[in-house]
Amino acid sequence: MTERTAQLIACHDCDLLQRDIQLNPGCYASCPRCGAVLYRNATDSVDRTLAYTLAAAMVFLGANLFPIFSIEVQGDRSAITLFEAVLSLWDQHMKSISLLVFLTAIAAPAVELISITYLLLPLKLGKVPPSYPLFMRMLQVLEPWGMVEVLMLGVLVSLVKLTNNFRVIPGMALWSFAVLTLLLAAAAASFNARDVWAQLDAKWKDQVSS
Amino acid sequence: MTAPAPIAAARGLCSCHVCQLVSRRVEGTPVAHCPRCGARLHFRKPGSVQRCWALIIASYILYIPANALVMMETGSLITYRKDTIVSGVVHLWKTGSWMIAVIVFIASVAIPLLKLFSLTLLLISVQRRSTWNPRQRTRLFRLVEAVGRWSMLDIYVVTLLAALVQLGSMATVKAGPAAVAFGAVVVLTMFATMEFDPRLIWDPLQKEEFHD
Repeated sequence: MTERTAQLIACHDCDLLQRDIQLNPGCYASCPRCGAVLYRNATDSVDRTLAYTLAAAMVFLGANLFPIFSIEVQGDRSAITLFEAVLSLWDQHMKSISLLVFLTAIAAPAVELISITYLLLPLKLGKVPPSYPLFMRMLQVLEPWGMVEVLMLGVLVSLVKLTNNFRVIPGMALWSFAVLTLLLAAAAASFNARDVWAQLDAKWKDQVSS
Repeated sequence: MTAPAPIAAARGLCSCHVCQLVSRRVEGTPVAHCPRCGARLHFRKPGSVQRCWALIIASYILYIPANALVMMETGSLITYRKDTIVSGVVHLWKTGSWMIAVIVFIASVAIPLLKLFSLTLLLISVQRRSTWNPRQRTRLFRLVEAVGRWSMLDIYVVTLLAALVQLGSMATVKAGPAAVAFGAVVVLTMFATMEFDPRLIWDPLQKEEFHD
């Protein structure tokens, strides 16, 4: 492939062919015809994404290990973690819903966090992770299915609904989910797939040629 | 438009749907793969309109039981309620949680309808090769893409409540059959959004037609 072809961009929303330009940090380029964001130049993209992702991974563990909230009725206390909620729905013969919640709220975010770490940590250390195209592709496919921020809103709505009838004690995971939502949004904002592809490719070509 | 806009597909160039790399591909050659990531190359998403229609029609059908059946059963010593999505919102409004009522209304009623109607409108306009305001139609598609996930809200609320409130005769919450139908609507419309190719909105501005 020639150098010239690599600099071309086809807008993913309207297929307009254009040439990329060097952007200042924090800026983004948008398609002149349809207005789609073509690519961004986030400041310290790799460093920041990695930092936010590692922090998010730790908070994610907290969010899944501790109960979200508990209710108390006449001395009876009932508390659940997210995974217990999924299991409980499975036992109540709502298997499809249980599976859907498990995939969107636990599995997809977990795989996303693992993939980003798998890709960016070696990149940061100057190495190329094996079969990186597979992981990049997985990230792209999973992107719409990780719904932690929607779950967070769901937790808040349930909280308000419960306070009408019960004494509700917020758990550790409630705070963890709030922080996790912010960290994931920050990681998504600083992640630059185009840039990561370019860096991984360049490193890989170096490795092959040497 | 004065000069014809340079379209990638018109010049035999194809943008990879996974890694966005633009590479040359001769139309008519059977199978081509992206030289960088190995994904199959397509000028346009194959069968986009048909697949999108199929998913949308399935969603319309499932939207009926999702709203007609019971979403959540709430029982306690004093009261027993069976709520559909809409009656749940009305109940929240009446009991004074109007903020929550508005949030649930937007997520469970407004967004699914917006998605279904918008995609129907986009599909019809693409099939008629309409040249009407492509920029606004692309923006509509991006809006549908961005807000679609938020309709999962009710599924999470039902899951959390049904799992937590299991106190025997004191209080129980059960998820109803509408939850399954509604979950299916959310997932199917998300797949429909992924299948839709916004580049089809812009193709009628060109003389040539692009496939696959």
